[in-house]
Amino acid sequence: MKIVVQEAPFNFAAEVEDFGQGRADMGAIVTFTGVVRDNDAGDLDAMEIEHYPGMTQKALEKIASDASARWDLGDVLIIHRYGRLEPGEKIMMVATSSPHRKDAFEAADFLMDYLKSRAPFWKKEHTGGDASWVDAKDSDEDALNRW
Amino acid sequence: MDILYFAWVRERIGVPRETVTTEAKTVNDLVQELIAKEERYAAAFADISALRVALDQDLSDFDAPLDGVREVAFFPPMTGG
Repeated sequence: MKIVVQEAPFNFAAEVEDFGQGRADMGAIVTFTGVVRDNDAGDLDAMEIEHYPGMTQKALEKIASDASARWDLGDVLIIHRYGRLEPGEKIMMVATSSPHRKDAFEAADFLMDYLKSRAPFWKKEHTGGDASWVDAKDSDEDALNRW
Repeated sequence: MDILYFAWVRERIGVPRETVTTEAKTVNDLVQELIAKEERYAAAFADISALRVALDQDLSDFDAPLDGVREVAFFPPMTGG
């Protein structure tokens, strides 16, 4: 299990390459990458991501452990950035490996649902001199009930 | 006891963290003490259904006891991913 919380960009290709190394018993690797999406008006200047340093690592480890207990996983990777990010930048990624694709897909989906509403990150949008906190959606909380 | 605030809760209260001496038995008691202190706390805690709390860096709830707790954090629902 590898959990990284950092301000700097990460190299997606290198991370995926490294993640799969040396595990010939893992037939499936699933990855997901979250990207800062511009708003509909196309005037998002930046997304600022705040986090709770003491808690973030612990919360992410718990989410990854819960996924590992539930699915047959070889490994789990979570990278999540904080700080000021511009549209198009990668915010975060997860990767899961498993002997079979179903477990890898489901576990990645589970990780994303829990990262949305159980990991202590908060997003603030900066648009043309204004800034506003992104509200959590009811649908994010509802998504947890799937599991 | 250290109290930490994040996102708009931090902005409304005006500090990211502070140390308080309290006899509060539960999180709810602590919130009431803070509200009584100053208007900025009353503004931040006006609707606690819009807030989450962590005790010693684990998510908890407002009925939870504060026995032995060293760090309380208040924040809005999280928006990670």
